[in-house]
Amino acid sequence: MALLQIAEPGMSAAPHQHKLAVGIDLGTTNSLVATVRSGMSTVLHDEQGHALLPSVVHYLTDEQVEVGYKAQAQQSIDPQNTIVSVKRFMGRGLKDIADVGHLPYHFVDTPGMVQLQTRAGIKSPVEVSAEILKVLKARAEKSLGGELAGAVITVPAYFDDAQRQATKDAARLAGLTVLRLLNEPTAAAVAYGLDNASEGVYVIYDLGGGTFDISILRLSKGVFEVLATNGDSALGGDDFDRRIFCWVLEQTKLPPINDKDTRMLLTKAREAKEWLTDHAEARITSVLSTGDVIDITLDSDTLTGLTQHLVSKTLSPTRKALRDAGLGIEDIKGVVMVGGATRMPQIRQAVAEFFGQAPLTNLDPDKVVALGAAIQANVLAGNRSEEDLLLLDVIPLSLGLETMGGLVEKVIPRNSTLPVARAQDFTTFKDGQTAMSIHVVQGERELVSDCRSLARFELRGIPPMAAGAARIRVTFQVDADGLLSVTAREQTSGVEANIVVKPSYGLSEDEITSMLQASFNSAEIDKQARALREAQVDAQRLLEAIVAALQKDSALLDADELKAIESQMLALAELAQGTDSQAILKAIDTLNHATETFAARRMDASVKQALAGQNLNTLEF
Amino acid sequence: MAITLTETAASRVHKFLANRGKGVGLRLGVKTTGCSGMAYTLEFVDEANPEDVAFESHGVKVLVDPKSLVYIDGTELDFTKEGLNEGFKFINPNVKDECGCGESFTV
Repeated sequence: MALLQIAEPGMSAAPHQHKLAVGIDLGTTNSLVATVRSGMSTVLHDEQGHALLPSVVHYLTDEQVEVGYKAQAQQSIDPQNTIVSVKRFMGRGLKDIADVGHLPYHFVDTPGMVQLQTRAGIKSPVEVSAEILKVLKARAEKSLGGELAGAVITVPAYFDDAQRQATKDAARLAGLTVLRLLNEPTAAAVAYGLDNASEGVYVIYDLGGGTFDISILRLSKGVFEVLATNGDSALGGDDFDRRIFCWVLEQTKLPPINDKDTRMLLTKAREAKEWLTDHAEARITSVLSTGDVIDITLDSDTLTGLTQHLVSKTLSPTRKALRDAGLGIEDIKGVVMVGGATRMPQIRQAVAEFFGQAPLTNLDPDKVVALGAAIQANVLAGNRSEEDLLLLDVIPLSLGLETMGGLVEKVIPRNSTLPVARAQDFTTFKDGQTAMSIHVVQGERELVSDCRSLARFELRGIPPMAAGAARIRVTFQVDADGLLSVTAREQTSGVEANIVVKPSYGLSEDEITSMLQASFNSAEIDKQARALREAQVDAQRLLEAIVAALQKDSALLDADELKAIESQMLALAELAQGTDSQAILKAIDTLNHATETFAARRMDASVKQALAGQNLNTLEF
Repeated sequence: MAITLTETAASRVHKFLANRGKGVGLRLGVKTTGCSGMAYTLEFVDEANPEDVAFESHGVKVLVDPKSLVYIDGTELDFTKEGLNEGFKFINPNVKDECGCGESFTV
């Protein structure tokens, strides 16, 4: 019979209605899948008892695909068809990949995202990632005895829109419903229950196999905001192995060794490193293919000395991230350790010394991200009561659109929690205007030219009306994964146009930081620029209105009056070309004043015309 | 008659309750749905109801509402693994017929 899990009070599912949800850590080196069973987040294992699935995909000759350990074994035998660390290519173009020359793949430079030529054809990183996700999905469905309702997939905090969209596409391709993409550091914090902890700033120190990431998160009202991220994309546990390997060669004074021996010795080095996590000494023994025998003992003090500079290398990005966030050590409430390499005692000690407090280490650092994602998936699938807060993310930069004069009208301010939808009404600028161009921009600056353009589209078919009469409601909607869609609708006629913003390249964390910095530095300049543009737009609007009025009713003015108005108009038009917003405003005032009599006469004339031939009794007041 | 837990089931329940950090015990029950009429429910208990019938097995407090008890009295709750899947299983002497998947039953 079916196996049951313990549900929250009152949350028992009807038969065949179990909302099975998983969290997936789609890692550069390894991937994992976890779920919540009987209220407890657990990582799901494969038939051999492995929790980790190496993120390696091997394309075989017979259209078969191997994923995981089997594929990993092919890495040196069939490098061109064995894709390792595909995460680095997600949503990236060829020019974004720094070390193309050192990689064994045949890259195909396609617009948007790079692709890989394999014996199974040209594969995009999305397809390769989908192979990994398919294996995890199958493992989860076998373990849970049913079809998955959805998954939460984690991504690095610095992933931009394009990389996030690529991750979502990969999930869809694997047949997974994505409940949400979740930032990896946020997932780690959730695994430790920090979302229920007191508000404050937390640091996530993530040292994986080949990458180092530091993230500073602020928790307030159940929302994690990423304050700063930093790291080193070429620093990880593998560097410690290499250091031990070099030390062995130095100590044994061996001549240069071949590739096979290098691989074997690197494995021995890794084993010694892992052994030293809870032992004082590790013995490294090996017989090389040359017949040379290695038998050497490494103690933990020596290892600490050997790898001191690697540990220090993680602290400098940490300092930078703190500086970017404008925080000091004393502001940090807790430190979470993520990644297998953080098991090393010398790292824990260095981090504890740096922050003046012991880091959180009681969860398995390899699994903590997947465990947190599973907790979030369980909540999103509706297996918890409503009082459990949904964890929310925030948008990093304001979203808005271009208005007259190249100004930005912000529709969704930065740090709004996701998902979010905001609408704002706009109108037409000219009489009889039947189309409106909508330019969606992202950034904090006041002028469009200083922000990043995300998309443009047109709303056509607006019925001709007087300027300012049309009511065009523009709705910005950002879903839980940070993807934006914009809809424009003319309210009286119902004509509508919309666009989903899928930038081929999003913003990097660095770009976001520098854009934010620029907006702070240039707040005063922006304010002046905005004032000028507003004055210019006002001037233009007034001039156009008077021109239209003169065309119709210039007969109401005598020659002198007309001349006076025309000279004022000329003066204003000239000033509007300049940069003195005060002078423009003054000229607008003067012109307004000069046309008062004209406006009054026009009013009288139109009232007379409206009343002409009407009986007083038929008029409705 | 009574409701009992196997030792494996009891140790799992203890573990899950400890992980959850709150809760006084385990609630077993039935509800009338499913392809064969009745379905089991298994939930954590934060607060007992006045009408609940209470049992204790291997240190786990088990609560059952009287309406459910008539269908499951004498049940032993076990924890087993089937391949990669694992979970709790009702061994219920009252059952006459089960649906193919065992999630619902008739008495």
